Amino acid sequence: MTRVLALVLVLLIVALFALSLLIGPAGLSPARSLAALLRGEGLAETLVMREIRLPRAILAAMIGAGLGLAGAAMQGYLRNPLAEPGLLGVSGSAALGAVIALQTGFAAQFALGLPLAALLGAVLAVGLILALAGPRGGSLTLILAGIAVSALAGALTALVLNLSPNPFAASEIMFWMMGSLADRSMTHVWLAAPFIAIGAVVLLAQGRAFDALTLGEDSAASLGVNLSRLRLVLVLAVASMVGAATAVAGAVGFVGLVVPHILRPFVGARPSSLLWASALGGAVLVLAADIAVRLVLPDRDLKLGVLTAIVGAPLFLHLVFKTRGQGL
Amino acid sequence: MACRRASKALGAVLALWAGAALGGPPERVVSINLCTDQLAMLLAKPGQLVSISRISQDPNVSVMLEEARKYPINHGQAEEVFRLNPDLVLAGQFTSSYTVGLLRRLGVEVAQLPIVTSLDQIPGAIREVGRLLGRAAQAETLATEFSADLAALRANPSNRPRAALHYANNYTSGDKSLANDILTAAGFANVALEAGLSGGGTLPMERLLMLMPDLIISGQHYPGASRSEAVLTHPAMNALRDRHAGSALSDAEWVCGTPAVLRAISRLQEAYE
Repeated sequence: MTRVLALVLVLLIVALFALSLLIGPAGLSPARSLAALLRGEGLAETLVMREIRLPRAILAAMIGAGLGLAGAAMQGYLRNPLAEPGLLGVSGSAALGAVIALQTGFAAQFALGLPLAALLGAVLAVGLILALAGPRGGSLTLILAGIAVSALAGALTALVLNLSPNPFAASEIMFWMMGSLADRSMTHVWLAAPFIAIGAVVLLAQGRAFDALTLGEDSAASLGVNLSRLRLVLVLAVASMVGAATAVAGAVGFVGLVVPHILRPFVGARPSSLLWASALGGAVLVLAADIAVRLVLPDRDLKLGVLTAIVGAPLFLHLVFKTRGQGL
Repeated sequence: MACRRASKALGAVLALWAGAALGGPPERVVSINLCTDQLAMLLAKPGQLVSISRISQDPNVSVMLEEARKYPINHGQAEEVFRLNPDLVLAGQFTSSYTVGLLRRLGVEVAQLPIVTSLDQIPGAIREVGRLLGRAAQAETLATEFSADLAALRANPSNRPRAALHYANNYTSGDKSLANDILTAAGFANVALEAGLSGGGTLPMERLLMLMPDLIISGQHYPGASRSEAVLTHPAMNALRDRHAGSALSDAEWVCGTPAVLRAISRLQEAYE
């Protein structure tokens, strides 16, 4: 079952990745696109394929994988299907870190300044949320803490952008809150890739610990799971992935909520399988969403988060309704 | 003290009344728009222009920085403008209608000048400001001089290099814009017209690259950072500049319809030579 799922998801990623490369306002034929991408035929075509469309497709897959995996990991650790980096204010705090780094000039001073600042914002948010929620992560505390962190991070982001001397900064509040992959470049791929890769490798290695945790903390501890270490790993890995993703693409919400929810039945609710499945599923979702924003409004830079929220928010309400019976 | 202030106010009122009654030139002119600031600074007689807008002291958009620093600035708010006791306020076509309406209700004469969208409108704008300030003779000299200089600069090559205007957020200018006129006068053809753009609009970077312009005229970077301006130095644009196209900067000289556009035209011609 899980092998079939993995195959289906990988095939979907390949198909959507190819589609993402073929869609764009330049209106190139598939044959010309491929010739330009692979063999560098035609200067304009090559620049369009290699410098605009390729980084966009890579970023969509990478960011989707990171957000999906981060969501699955937080849900596994807190054993709560409502946990998600966007809803809990982790993405918002990462955006705040990124905006501060950009506006103070810290990001321009050294190459990793931008992702590191976003990571720091995300670490503070995850740490705060986990500290507030406690080990069991009661839904009510979790969501209330998330609302407060999100609201504060959003307000401070708006404040920093409004204080900027740059006339365009204030109009970019929407980008930081909703996310977009328009006009990103290979530079952004290289900025985000190491952080997302390290976070993913570290989290995927914790599969056994997450499985053990489904039996409860005491049983997990008796099976040799070091809970405080797991907690630290989770905080750093989630922050690394969400921070890097947000630093280059803004805060894209609901990916970490929707993907694990859809895939959970297919992996027999095993957290270790859900981790890699959610990474693949996240890539599928964001690739698809980024294709959709370009098809719906080709010239208008519709934000990614608009689409993921339209899919994700009703699901979130459905989950709230379902968990209500369990004494939210 | 109070008495002196009252007599000063009375004096101002009398002067205002006298000016209005005699139909003479305005004595206290306040400009609240970057472009009218510059035309007024060029034409007003000493002491006639009492305040200009804050933006005229911003090096990113103002071409008359040194001159502008000699004037007290205003922020274009009705209350502060009214306190300056002007008998004429110069504003732009798109100056806040609330500000303009409020000033008019307070009895202040406000002249709104249209946005200049072509080089041919510049002499008219100069003469209009001259007429408003009672400096028609000076305006006539400036306008004639401008027209002659423009005619001397205007290039009409048989084979026009193709130029692209690339501003923040991939914004560009098509025909019916001052920037397009500057390009054309300098001897270039605007690629935005090939893409069918009229007026201003966005041209996705992919399409801009496919048009393969010979010259890329980029908008300038403002202080602080923004994602909107990141497209100006996107690796694809940098690669196009490195391997195919020349580059030039669209700066303060491109903003307003004043004689400064002549410098923009000659710089553009030099940049491509």
